[in-house]
Amino acid sequence: MNMGEVVPKTDIVKKLVDSYYRNADILNKSNSVFINEKREEGIKYFKKLGIPGRKNENYKYTNLEPVFSHPFRNAISPSNKYFDRDQIFKCDIPTLDTNVILLLNGFYFDRKTPLRELSSGALVGSFAKASTEYPELVEKYYGKYAQITNEGLVALNSAFVQDGIFIYVPKGIVLQKPLQIVNLIASDDDIMVQHRNLFVLEENTGATVIVCDHTFSPHKFLTNSVTEIYAGPDSRFNFTKVQNEHNDAMQISHTYLNQGENSKVTSNLITLHGGLVRNNFFVRLNGNGCENNTTGLFLVDKRQHIDNYAYIDHAKPYCTSNQLFKGVLDDFATGAFNGKILVRRNAQKTQAYQANNNILLTNDARMNTKPQLEIYADDVKCSHGATVGQLDEDALFYMRARGIGEREARLMLMYAFANEIINQIKVEPLRERINHLVDMRLRGELSRCQNCAMNCG
Amino acid sequence: MLSIKNLRVSIEGKEILGGINLEVKAGEIHAIMGPNGSGKSTLASVLAGNNLVEVIEGEVLYMGKDLLKILPEERSRQGIFLGFQYPIEIPGVSMVNFLKTALNEHRKYNGLEPLSASDFLKVMREKKALVEIASSLTNRSVNEGFSGGEKKRNEIFQMAMLEPKLAILDETDSGLDIDALKVVANGVNKLKTKENATIVITHYQRLLNYIIPDYVHVLYDGKIVKTGGKELAIELEEKGYEWISKELAINSSPAIL
Repeated sequence: MNMGEVVPKTDIVKKLVDSYYRNADILNKSNSVFINEKREEGIKYFKKLGIPGRKNENYKYTNLEPVFSHPFRNAISPSNKYFDRDQIFKCDIPTLDTNVILLLNGFYFDRKTPLRELSSGALVGSFAKASTEYPELVEKYYGKYAQITNEGLVALNSAFVQDGIFIYVPKGIVLQKPLQIVNLIASDDDIMVQHRNLFVLEENTGATVIVCDHTFSPHKFLTNSVTEIYAGPDSRFNFTKVQNEHNDAMQISHTYLNQGENSKVTSNLITLHGGLVRNNFFVRLNGNGCENNTTGLFLVDKRQHIDNYAYIDHAKPYCTSNQLFKGVLDDFATGAFNGKILVRRNAQKTQAYQANNNILLTNDARMNTKPQLEIYADDVKCSHGATVGQLDEDALFYMRARGIGEREARLMLMYAFANEIINQIKVEPLRERINHLVDMRLRGELSRCQNCAMNCG
Repeated sequence: MLSIKNLRVSIEGKEILGGINLEVKAGEIHAIMGPNGSGKSTLASVLAGNNLVEVIEGEVLYMGKDLLKILPEERSRQGIFLGFQYPIEIPGVSMVNFLKTALNEHRKYNGLEPLSASDFLKVMREKKALVEIASSLTNRSVNEGFSGGEKKRNEIFQMAMLEPKLAILDETDSGLDIDALKVVANGVNKLKTKENATIVITHYQRLLNYIIPDYVHVLYDGKIVKTGGKELAIELEEKGYEWISKELAINSSPAIL
């Protein structure tokens, strides 16, 4: 990735802060007073915290300085570009019966009906609209878990927040159809997008959300998004995020998941493509008896960089968490995994497991993995482990001895390696689709957003 | 079919086979017997194309072609099958996908169209019956969680699927109880035709009660030191490998007087 000139971080921060004050009127226009108050707090903390540098232990392997040095246009207004969704965009999963929601450059696309109320009473639509239509509801959850006081980029997002997706599932309701959010970036210039999603599941609810990230024009893009998820007591939430962006796209995503008593949440993070990807995944098990499964799969090649940071906070007793992240790195690709499990003093009977397995296909690919356990309770079962290795040579020979060519045998082994994660995906058509995409990706037939008309990187 | 001439090979710099000569013709069953460490498995490995084995000297012709120049997958497609002494577990690769890919590669090599899913399953059903392997095994990942005996049975099942011209069975009998041994032997016998050949590598004579060899070779210290008919196996079983070493010592030591 050719990043051009690297600007000192202090200058980048100053530039963004200046941009904030210069555009304050626009920024404050479409959201509620509460969000705008939080905005002020956000910029204050961003000024203080800045952009995390390599001295920050959590960002040791991802240098964000060159990322923010590029002169991106800050996409603080919705783009007016005419966009026929059905004409050029066919990325949805044909057999999947989903309610498709489109986010274009961080803004809710359907301006005619910015917020839909489903028959069940659930709300789905624009975050900006929700913040003005249902201010109490948004205020109750917004920024309650996402940390602006210690994450500079979350503070930055809170300062510039405009729109994103809002989902609200009222007590006792289970959404039968999965919700598919297509998060698309398409622009005639290099832009920075900072959307904000808020998903609220009240007590005893159920929902499945799939987020697909795509880029649609050959420009440099930077995403700094925040998603807050509140899974109430006894709720069931399935979350899948598929990242499929081009090589000039950089994405920093922050997900904050707060789970209530006896809730069960499964998250899958599938990174198929992207120039630089940093995923922060914070989970707080905030009630007794929660279950959390967080899995991730990434396939990187060329000079791509992927960095997954997962933090599971066992705040209450009798909770179970499983983390499994797997990656295949080819060519000169680099990757990092930092997984932390915190078991607080009173979180007895915790069961927490974490594993990170990686395959390096070349001598030039590099992976840094750092599993961490921090345990303050004494009656717990915890384990962690990490591996970085090559494909199993014995298995390769065994397959070749049966007539399977070396390339095919390698593909089958990589596919088998990835399959463990794909199998976690609960929505069957999506699982099949991801299966297919991963297969194509491993075969090198998917070098960018599939079905994309643009020939971008 | 197979002609090995003065084959010397090493593993990690250590010479394991010190000049092997062996002729195998279509329709024949050869048994290679020998004590542990005599080089039996190395011979199987070099024939299958394992790159851990280094050829120092010698020649191996298979159907008139220089076998040592052919890639392992090509050898398989041309009809060589190695039944592994220690079959490999491949988690995440299903038996069905594994065998379908392998079989279709063989078909492609022979200029045939790939089998449809239903035709493939039909073939699989037939061959499963032949070696009495349970569907609960073939529905799993390759060898994953199989017992020792199940793995061996699975090797014969794969052999049945691929219908090789030359099968090399490396200690397929080890770790089998008598019933499993009969099933495996029965599978081998059923697959036997006038056109194919089998090399059975074994430590014990036991398997040879069920698979009757035309020739028995004794491999000792990297060389074939004795060749005979099926009765040689029985003699070995009675007298033990020490008999061979003693006989060798007598033959090779100069007369002292």
